[in-house]
Amino acid sequence: MSTAALRVVEREARVFRRLWRGTVFSAFVTPVLFLAALGLGLGGLVDEGGGRVAGLPYLVFVTPGLLAATAMQTAAGDALWPVMVGTKWARTFHAMVATPLRPRDVYTGLMAWTALRTTLAATMFLIVGAALGGVPSAWGLLAVPAAVLCGSAFFAPLAAYSATQHTEVAFPLIMRLGVMPLFLFSGTFFPVDQLPGWAQPVALASPLWHGVELARSATTGTFDGHSVIGHVLVLVGVLALGWYAGTCSWTRRLAG
Amino acid sequence: MASSPEALVEARSLTKRFGRHVAVDGVDFRIERGEAFGFLGPNGAGKSSTMRMIGCVSPVTSGELRVLGMDPAGDGPRIRARLGVVPQEDTLDTELTVSDNLTIYGRYFGLSRTVIRERADELLEFAKLTERRHDRVDPLSGGMKRRLTIARALINRPEALLLDEPTTGLDPQARHLLWERLYRLKQEGVTLVLTTHYMEEAEQLCDRLVIMDRGRIAGEGTPRDLVARHATREVVELRFRSASDLRAALPRLAGVAERVEPLADRVLAYTGDGDATAAAIADNGVHPAAILVRRGTLEDVFLVLTGRTLED
Repeated sequence: MSTAALRVVEREARVFRRLWRGTVFSAFVTPVLFLAALGLGLGGLVDEGGGRVAGLPYLVFVTPGLLAATAMQTAAGDALWPVMVGTKWARTFHAMVATPLRPRDVYTGLMAWTALRTTLAATMFLIVGAALGGVPSAWGLLAVPAAVLCGSAFFAPLAAYSATQHTEVAFPLIMRLGVMPLFLFSGTFFPVDQLPGWAQPVALASPLWHGVELARSATTGTFDGHSVIGHVLVLVGVLALGWYAGTCSWTRRLAG
Repeated sequence: MASSPEALVEARSLTKRFGRHVAVDGVDFRIERGEAFGFLGPNGAGKSSTMRMIGCVSPVTSGELRVLGMDPAGDGPRIRARLGVVPQEDTLDTELTVSDNLTIYGRYFGLSRTVIRERADELLEFAKLTERRHDRVDPLSGGMKRRLTIARALINRPEALLLDEPTTGLDPQARHLLWERLYRLKQEGVTLVLTTHYMEEAEQLCDRLVIMDRGRIAGEGTPRDLVARHATREVVELRFRSASDLRAALPRLAGVAERVEPLADRVLAYTGDGDATAAAIADNGVHPAAILVRRGTLEDVFLVLTGRTLED
């Protein structure tokens, strides 16, 4: 990453300094609520029924799923409305490209900043999950980079798209019809083999499923070399394609 | 156009197209170091597009442009490092404080925090914002925000300050304060490049200007030259009660001045001696609702060169 993009990270950090209490608080409360309700509440029922999910106690199954899904939601949120703020509402990105910064530096810097934010969110999740007993393996630490990679694979293409938009009307639809179904059906709460046959390939195409599988390998300490490489390649591929599209669309938008 | 290394900006046949729309249609101009240079014209004349090309945020469609002796296509970041830009719409970080805005912007240029702190003190003083330095930007008045934007654009000690419609949307008092600040910069030797559709702003601030209309340059010179060349020393403005009164009076106005220009709501008579012309008009039996003798201005120059008023 160029030093120019780091200046953008620095700016975001300065803005964050004014708002960090809220962000850190929600990064802590979100996992507590989700894991208490689903891991302990629902998980208690599942485990009482004598069942295990994919051979795991439900809390252990659902913790990495929620961890990766939280990273996705954080990154997707950052890639939509804040882009409209910078390009249109407050036009702060236009101020940036009047300096030595280039549009691609702005885009890359924001992606790096979101990666830092997802690192924070995923770390909080991991700590809370481990405290509740949802992370049996020390390899679980690797779930954080897995979640960050997953989040970036969402940020890159979504922010590439946002820069082509002149109103925010499509954004709630993307959240409701894109992000939310992925959240529910990407192996987060139940294994994808529970889905009807036709829906399974769709779930497997979801970047979130790859992120969830990676995170789950880490928190349970069970690695299958081939599938780990496969998941990483898919996520890196989506990230790279998205980044390329983003450098083009951001240049068109900010320096057209 | 002689090419000397001293020119700050040099453009030849500079053109900007957006799809089929030609925003800037083959313009030539040259901006020297240390001068205050203006682009005067109505909205949509291509001033902002020209400015964005000079500021290296909008690629040139065709023609040639050199800024600080470099090519914006390849040297954008290096050129922008030496320019200050005041855009038409405010682009401040409104949720942050006044001094945070200066710090963040200085960091975009890679300046150290120590250097930024020193310069920020000076710039806040210059922008009359020292007392507001720890306040958030959001509640500041329009004039204060503009002054902060100018201070921010000076953080890298730019060789030229580009101002796109710097006082549009400000009340007269805020506008005059801004003009006074810009005049001070000019006296300190900062090169100013500005666009405006206010004739008064161009006359107050510009050493030299071009008049732009529909993507082309219609005239060039110092404000005084332009008025001398294209208008007259004085102008008699006649207002009538109705358009039919105006039309009825026109035949009797022939020959009272060097040129008579009927507009929708008034008639302009261009003359060397306004009082004599006003007397001649009365002698011809023309009695308008109001009559005003004034100096010839850039507004008149624009009208003569383009056949339209700046407000059109």
